[in-house]
Parts: sequence; structure tokens; C-alpha cells
Amino acid sequence: MEVLVYLIPIALLLGLLGLGAFLWALKSGQFDDLDGAAHRILLDDDLPEDQQDAHRAAR
Amino acid sequence: MAEVLKDWDAFVTPREGGVLHMDLAVDGVHCAACMAKIERGLAKVPGITHARLNLTTKRLAVDWSPMEADPGTILSAVEALGYTAYPFDPARHEAADAAESAQILRCLAVAGFAAMNIMLLSVSIWSGNVTDITPETRRFFHWISALIALPTAVYAGRPFYLSAWRALRVRSLNMDVPITIGVFLALALSVVQTVTHAPEAYYDSAVMLLFFLLVGRFLDRNMRRRTRSFAENIATLRSETAAKVLPDGSVREVPVSRIDPGDRVLAHPGERIAVDGIIEDGAADIDQSLVTGETRVERAGIGARVYAGTMNLDGMLSIRVTAAGRGTMLDEVNRLLETAAQDRSRYVQLADRAARLYAPLVHGAAAATFLFWLLWGAGWQPSLVIAISVLIITCPCALGLAIPAVQVVASGLLFRNGVLLNGGDVIERLAGVDTVVFDKTGTLTMPAPELVDSGRMTKQAMGLAGRLALTSTHPLASAVASASGQVAPLPRAREEAGRGVTANMSGRTLKLGSPEFCGVEKRRLDAFLHTRPGVSVIAFRDGDDPAVLFALTQVLRPDAVEAVNRLKRAGLAIEILSGDRPQAVGPVAETLGLEDWRAGLKPADKIARIRELQAEGRKVLMVGDGLNDAPALAAAHVSMSPVSAAHLSQAAADAVFLGDALMPIVRARAVSVAARRVMKENLALAALYNLFAVPFAVAGFVTPLIAAIAMSGSSLTVTGNALRLRWLGRGKG
Repeated sequence: MEVLVYLIPIALLLGLLGLGAFLWALKSGQFDDLDGAAHRILLDDDLPEDQQDAHRAAR
Repeated sequence: MAEVLKDWDAFVTPREGGVLHMDLAVDGVHCAACMAKIERGLAKVPGITHARLNLTTKRLAVDWSPMEADPGTILSAVEALGYTAYPFDPARHEAADAAESAQILRCLAVAGFAAMNIMLLSVSIWSGNVTDITPETRRFFHWISALIALPTAVYAGRPFYLSAWRALRVRSLNMDVPITIGVFLALALSVVQTVTHAPEAYYDSAVMLLFFLLVGRFLDRNMRRRTRSFAENIATLRSETAAKVLPDGSVREVPVSRIDPGDRVLAHPGERIAVDGIIEDGAADIDQSLVTGETRVERAGIGARVYAGTMNLDGMLSIRVTAAGRGTMLDEVNRLLETAAQDRSRYVQLADRAARLYAPLVHGAAAATFLFWLLWGAGWQPSLVIAISVLIITCPCALGLAIPAVQVVASGLLFRNGVLLNGGDVIERLAGVDTVVFDKTGTLTMPAPELVDSGRMTKQAMGLAGRLALTSTHPLASAVASASGQVAPLPRAREEAGRGVTANMSGRTLKLGSPEFCGVEKRRLDAFLHTRPGVSVIAFRDGDDPAVLFALTQVLRPDAVEAVNRLKRAGLAIEILSGDRPQAVGPVAETLGLEDWRAGLKPADKIARIRELQAEGRKVLMVGDGLNDAPALAAAHVSMSPVSAAHLSQAAADAVFLGDALMPIVRARAVSVAARRVMKENLALAALYNLFAVPFAVAGFVTPLIAAIAMSGSSLTVTGNALRLRWLGRGKG
């Protein structure tokens, strides 16, 4: 069972990475607007203006 | 008059890279389409470098470069897109509050991470203890648990330690005191056990306790922040600004916080006066209903005093400011408000009452256990271990969650019913109410006058009057406009300040305004007023036809009768305390079927009556909207204001209800009564759990496994019971 001596710290380290990622996301404001973020993915704001309207008309 | 320039400097903050930043509250945003429309629309405005709308808080953050754009263009750009926006005053920003919420969320994340990992190790130890774990492995696991638990407890437990310390410093007890003692003792005992190679440690109990309690606090804060940001948006959109006359004679629209005593401001007809002051020039009819409750309009001329919150009906006024900003309210109201608010802070919340009962009992039991085992001859060290395990198992996890969990569910229910709470304990206080005191003007009645008599007009003529009325900002004209249902103003209509509106249509002159303006003889007006006492009159004239008189008055809110009846049926005593004349209050009381009413009361009289009721042992719910109600709102056991209320009253009230209906009051009470019942059930459940667990602990049978199961079990029971309230609330609609 000596392998536990390595495995547990590694597991903890991975957990800490997750925690750090969450705290970073929190700090960078990714949880400020949960309602808006859910919809932003659906907006075609990467298309140029004229194509956007055409795209909408096609739908 | 010179064009009014708006001064937005107070709302603008500089950002890195030479850009300026401003936050706006936006009205009318509902979905992602609005979000896209606003952000794209603003992106096209030259100079705007960044525009992002927060759909949750309905606030818009804009950055722009000062060379190419200014706040005025941004606001008109948003307006052109079809939304109302108003800059957020950074002074009223709830920055400190937001920081505290973020801190709780970070603590929650850390505690969650630690609880999961320690539980993983603990479960291994528990199953190992009944099979074949080696002492070395167990010791290794205990040390790792300590390594995770100790820093976590230091970091994630701070909100509790600080709150406990604050309570102890004023020689009081709250729920956080036993929590803090529990966490400290559990960790201390665990470290001793680990060092002495004992088979059991309580790291998981301590960290799980923190985690569960933080979940409760986080939900509670989230709910409260949501309602608060909603309420602040409403307040911001009702922008408190005033037209300040600068020394060079130009006029600028500035936030009220930027006005000082001695300044001169202009008050336009149809607007609320934003300051207290003395009229230097001009004369106007002043509607004081929001300040004194008096519905009769008074004429004010040069040298007369006017108060913030009153409505200037028809004249252009130049006012020398005597008080502004934070001091806009009458000094009298302010002073009464402060003393009244002090009285109420004596109320002790249910949770703290439970803590005051609970902490001495549990700590006494632990001490007794220690003495018992010591005298029994168990040696001081085992006796201490047993005594501490009593404290750990009674650790008030369920007790700490019992009330916040219910508060979160109940305030969420109320939010959906259009009631915003100022604090969590409002629910408890609302549930205990046995007397309801209503203000009349603006509370039982609608905040603005409504058309009650339009003569015998054809629909077509009424439509013309309505379209004409749209040109004016006068509240009586607005009432005519909304009664006619018209939306398109007549072309080339113009307003003669203080008199009325005229327009030419196919050769005829249309007029809407004061009876004199429309050429109504005095005799006819007197006769009209004689049959309809207490109404305001506005006239309409089409060409050379005789003028038509409209009667307008403050009407009851649509569901006032039903709401009052429901409250009566629920066994509540109801009273009206009004600052208005008896002739105006009497008929309202009669319509509602109420015998107890008083009229012509000053703010101090209202407080006196509420004190009188309280001396009789009654718990009073005060519902009011005017500045004159603010002290009474603060003095009552609990208070509510409609969203149309004066700013100060809303701040003094415990809850604000939205919309024109009074039904939210009835629902708020029903939900609160149900919520208090669930709170008491929860306290009973938590006590019951202790009743079973403590004898085991005193007898020395408690292992960490039993402690963990008992703690999660009781917390889940209590939370589940709180969620039951959702169905109760839904059932009652």
C-alpha cells in the first residue's frame, strides 16, 4: 500500500487545481451574469453585420 | 429658457487606458434578444470601446473614450434602441456587499473541496477500522486530513468567527458562537487524537459543518442581493435629479446629491420637486399627497416653502434650496425616523432566541458530562474526550440551517409574488402581525389621479382629448391620456405652461386644460364641483362647442376591497391613519367597510397611534408610501411600501411590493405564516435530533462515523422540510 504515499498527494493536487480553476473563474467575473452567459453562445456576433441579418432571415 | 444640459460627471469613473466607465440601470430588458440589440447598437456608436449588458442584474457597463463620445450620446443611443436607461450613482453602489458575497462563495468553494477530500479519507478509515487497516495507514490518513482541515478551518470559518466575536463583544449570543466553539474543539481534539495515535478523529465533522452552514449563508445572501439590486434599479430609474441654475445663468440637470443648500434650482411643471426650499420666483399648484397625504392641491407663490417629493402641477418655479440630497426630508420626519428605528432593533430573531436557549444548555451538559466521568474515576483525559464529543454531536448544524433555509425559500416565493424584502427576519415579524394599519393616499388609493367622470363624450371626442393630452406632462393630462387609451399625440400641439394644451385640426381649435383656459364660466364650474366634492377638474373644448368637464380623483387600488376583506377574514384588525381631510378619508373607509379610521394626522400622530396599539400588545403591520409615513413605517413591528412610494419611505419599510395591486400584502402574510410554521418545525426537528444523540454522547458511545451520519442526516431533514414550503406556497397561488 506504499503507493498511497504518492497517489493521495497527486489526487489532492488535482483537486486543488480544480479549486484554483474555480476561484480564477470567479475572480474573472464568469459567474457575474449566469442568465446572460447562457444565451450569449446563441448570438452570431462573430459574423459581419450584413450576414447576420441574412442568417436570421434564413431561419 | 436655455437648453438644459445634463451633468453626468458624478456617475463617470476613469478606467485604465484613458477610457471612461459608467454603469447604467436599464429598464425593459427581458431576454437575450434585448441584450444583443443593445450591445450591437452601442458597438456602432463611435467612441464606445466596450458595452456589456448583465442580463441577471439588468445593468449595462459601458467604456468609452472621452475624445469621441460622452455620457449624453450613450444615453440617447440606448434610448434610440427603445430602452430607458439611467446612470447608476457609484455612491449607492453595493460594492462592500458584493465583496462580502464573493468572499462567502470563495469560502464555500474551499470548504467544499476540503469536505470532499476529507470525507474520502474518513470513509476509508471507517471501513478500514472494521476490517484490516494498518495503524500506519490510518495515521497517514489522519495527518493528511489535518493538513487539509486546519487551513480550511482558518480560511472558510472566518465569517462565523467574526460574527461570533462581534456578538460576544457586546455580551450577546448568536448561533455563530456555539458553531465557533464546536469547530475549534472538534479540531483541537482531532489534533490531540492524531498526535497520540488514537483511532478516531473528527476532522470531517468540523469541515462538513462549515460546508453545510456556508451553503445556507450563500443561498441566503444570493437571494437578498438579487432583491436588492432589483430594488436599486427601480430607485435609479426614477432618477433623482434637479435643474440647477449656475452662476452664469445656464441650467444643468444634476443628481440631487450634487445640490447644496443655497443653490437655485428650477422646477418644471409636471415634475416632482427634488429639494426642500423657498420659492423665489413663479407660482404653481402643488400636489403634496406624497408628503402629507393631503389630496387637495394647494397654491404656492413667492416666499412659500416647498418640500422634496411634492409635485409641481402647473407652474415654472425658481427655488432657493434649504436642504438637498440626504437632507431633503423634513427635519421632523428625519428625527422621528431615527428614534422610531431604534425602538425596533429590540426585536430578537427566532434563530438568536434559539441560540440563547441552546448554547448554555449544551455547554452545561458537556461540563456536567466531564464532571460526571471524572468523579466516576475515568481519568481527566478520557472524560474530556467524551465531553467534547457531546459538543461535536450537538454542533448546531441543523439548528444553523433551520431558519436560513426557510428564509431563502420564503423570500424566493415572495419575490415571485412581487414582494421584495429588506432583510431575512422580516418574514418572522410579518407572521406575528395581528393589526394592519393603512395609509390612504397612494397606498389604498392609486398613486396618480384617475378619470372618474368624462361627461357624455363620444368615443371619437374622447380619443381627440386623449391625443391632445399626450403632449402634456401634467398628471391630470396623463390620466386623461391613459383613460383614452391613445398613443399618438396630435401633430403641432403645443403646451402653454400652467394653462393647457392646444392644437389645430381641420380648422378647429382643440383645447385641453384648466376650466378658465377652455372658457368655462365660473358658475358652471361651481355647480360641477358642488355635485362632486373633492375632485380635480380639467376641461376639453372642440372648436366653438361648449367645453366638456372631466372629473379626476384618486381611486382605490383595483383589488383594495378584496385584499382588505381577505385580511379581515384572516382575523386581522385593520385601521386607516391618514394625513388627508376627514371628507376624503371617510368615503374610502366606508367603501372598504372599515370602522377604525383617523384623518388629518401628522407624522408624530401616526407614531403615537402605533405606539398606543403596541402598548395594547398588538403587533402592527404598517403599509404606507408618503414621507409622512416614513417614521410610522420604522416604528411599526413590520412595514411595507408600494413601489411608487417616496424614496425615504421605501428605505424605512421592511418590504416593498410591486404593481398596482394590494394582493401581494395578503400573499406575503400567508407565505410568512407558513414559513414561520416551517421554521418552528425545523427548530423542533433539530432539538429532537439532539434529544436522541446527546444521551449516546454523554454515555461515551459516539464515534466520528455516528457524528457524521447524524450531522448530514439532520441537515438534510431540515433543508428538505424547508423546501416543502415551496409546495405550500404554490398551492395557495
